[in-house]
Amino acid sequence: MAETSGQTPEQITAAIKDERLREISPLRKALIRPELGAICGTVLVFAFFLSIAGSSGMFAPEGIINWGTVSAQFAIIAVGACLLMIAGEFDLSVGSMIGFSGIIIALMTVQWGFPAWVSILTAFALALLIGALNGYLVIKTGLPSFIVTLAFLYILRGLTIFISITTTRKTIIGGVREAAEGDPIAWLFGGKVFNGLFVWLADMGVVGKFVAGPKAGQPVVEGIPMLLIWALLLIIVCHILLTRTRFGNWIFAAGGDAQAARYVGVPVDRVKILMFMLTAFCATVFATCQVMEFGSAAADRGLLKEFEAIISVVIGGALLTGGYGSVVGAALGALIFGVVQQGLFFAGVESSLFRVFLGVILLLAVILNTYIRRMITGER
Amino acid sequence: MTTPLIELVNIEKQFGPVIALNGVSVSVLPGECHCLLGDNGAGKSTFIKTMSGVHKPTRGQILMDGKEVKFDNPREAMTSGIATVYQDLAMIPLMSVTRNFWMGREPQRRAGPFKFFDFGLANAVTMEEMAKMGIHLRSPDQAVGTLSGGERQTVAIARAVYFGAKVLILDEPTSALGVRQTSNVLATIDKVRKKGIGVVFITHNVRHAMAVGDRFTVLNRGKTLGTARKGEIAAEELQDLMAGGQELAELEGSLGGTV
Repeated sequence: MAETSGQTPEQITAAIKDERLREISPLRKALIRPELGAICGTVLVFAFFLSIAGSSGMFAPEGIINWGTVSAQFAIIAVGACLLMIAGEFDLSVGSMIGFSGIIIALMTVQWGFPAWVSILTAFALALLIGALNGYLVIKTGLPSFIVTLAFLYILRGLTIFISITTTRKTIIGGVREAAEGDPIAWLFGGKVFNGLFVWLADMGVVGKFVAGPKAGQPVVEGIPMLLIWALLLIIVCHILLTRTRFGNWIFAAGGDAQAARYVGVPVDRVKILMFMLTAFCATVFATCQVMEFGSAAADRGLLKEFEAIISVVIGGALLTGGYGSVVGAALGALIFGVVQQGLFFAGVESSLFRVFLGVILLLAVILNTYIRRMITGER
Repeated sequence: MTTPLIELVNIEKQFGPVIALNGVSVSVLPGECHCLLGDNGAGKSTFIKTMSGVHKPTRGQILMDGKEVKFDNPREAMTSGIATVYQDLAMIPLMSVTRNFWMGREPQRRAGPFKFFDFGLANAVTMEEMAKMGIHLRSPDQAVGTLSGGERQTVAIARAVYFGAKVLILDEPTSALGVRQTSNVLATIDKVRKKGIGVVFITHNVRHAMAVGDRFTVLNRGKTLGTARKGEIAAEELQDLMAGGQELAELEGSLGGTV
């Protein structure tokens, strides 16, 4: 071995190539990244729907906004679930949390007359508290998060229905949009942005205009829903947090091997609790957007959302055992989800097939992930 | 006479009714490799956990550079320069070598109000430190899972050395390794020792101990059976001490001296 002192790190790197290591093929190198399966899936799904539903308006601006919004809904909860899964835990209470936060906002705004912003902030505060409690219980009892959050799936759903029934005798509370008119915070969740852009695009003839009715002359796409902006923001922030910061390294470490991480001083408990709070935060963003869009909250909202989030994350290449995964992958998983769900509708296919598709793709994703993990860890 | 880096005097440790350590004394000099030998259950693990701050001794003193110290947790021991490399908990296989190397002490780079993990610096240092230990990585972002067991131990040792360990405790680093990997780890121990770091090498393999040890302390049933310098004791004697004498000698006779 040549003397290496006094050289730049690059020279050292170049000088110390081991002759016994076979060059790995670029294909294999490309395979060894968590997003690969999701990237392939996305390409396939788009190719498929372009060929069978290309002329149905699915890829016209209003069609794109349609499946874009649905994908964004999946993405918002998938991002939280993704970081939590990489930190080695699950949260099955996401769906119930969506219902709970929504009812809290609607109840406080409509029934009790609080300004919408007070209700929204209260819902966020409560959600973060419940998220922290989830995390605290998992850490303190040492029980699997699967069980602890399964308990909260029932506790929160039950509480939501109970609160809603006892105060209003209904499980659906409407009139939120009117009550939130002109609110300083509510528009962040329900509004649409870049209206001007779409008016201009409509004038240029890129986007169609309504030809009749009260909205005649306005573009068919009013603007980008805030939901999409939230999704993009969460994806970007969480991706950078995970891959480019110290805290991100702690998330990987906490999920990879909590005890080894503790030995070198990583605050594993804090990391895990914060990730439980993040999933609760994401669920509440989802709930608030939904309440503002529909103008109502219902106690049964968010049913099965926890599984859809977990499926998106797994399609995105994360390992169920923790320590490995990618936010971009989870976002692509959510995109696949949204495109297929809406695409089947555009293509006029029976929508029950969506679930068949889901099950199949989940199975394929898990099999592919297991194979990728073997390649990374060198297991045979 | 040089002052020992760390000296443990008459350490006793009880877990309820069980006496795990019953008066163990060990000192580690700068630049020496002190082998701690003992059969399973001799108290080796309890002893190193006391040294690294996991357990607090029931009785006895710990001196560092001649002054008495008390560690409340592993973190405190670590800041005082005591690094421990555990056999199976050293590395996280799914994470890259760089991420493992810096885990818990990630270097940061400022960009406006935000701080980011400085991968440029981290990768360069990792490659260089690993090269110093004789491990040539394909790339610093290759997963630790692709390394051999010996290489993983070496990453953990390189990490401890880079972060300023004065005393390096190695918990059976060679027990799960093949011949070639073992000799690599033993060579690494030698390199570390030459930097003036005191190495505590825990093993129950006398041949591994004889290969690099400067001094040998044998533990049996929670007690030190004495410390010997290199050259003062033969491998067979160490083996007998570890096993508590008699029985092994008989066994060895019937097995033709292969144990």
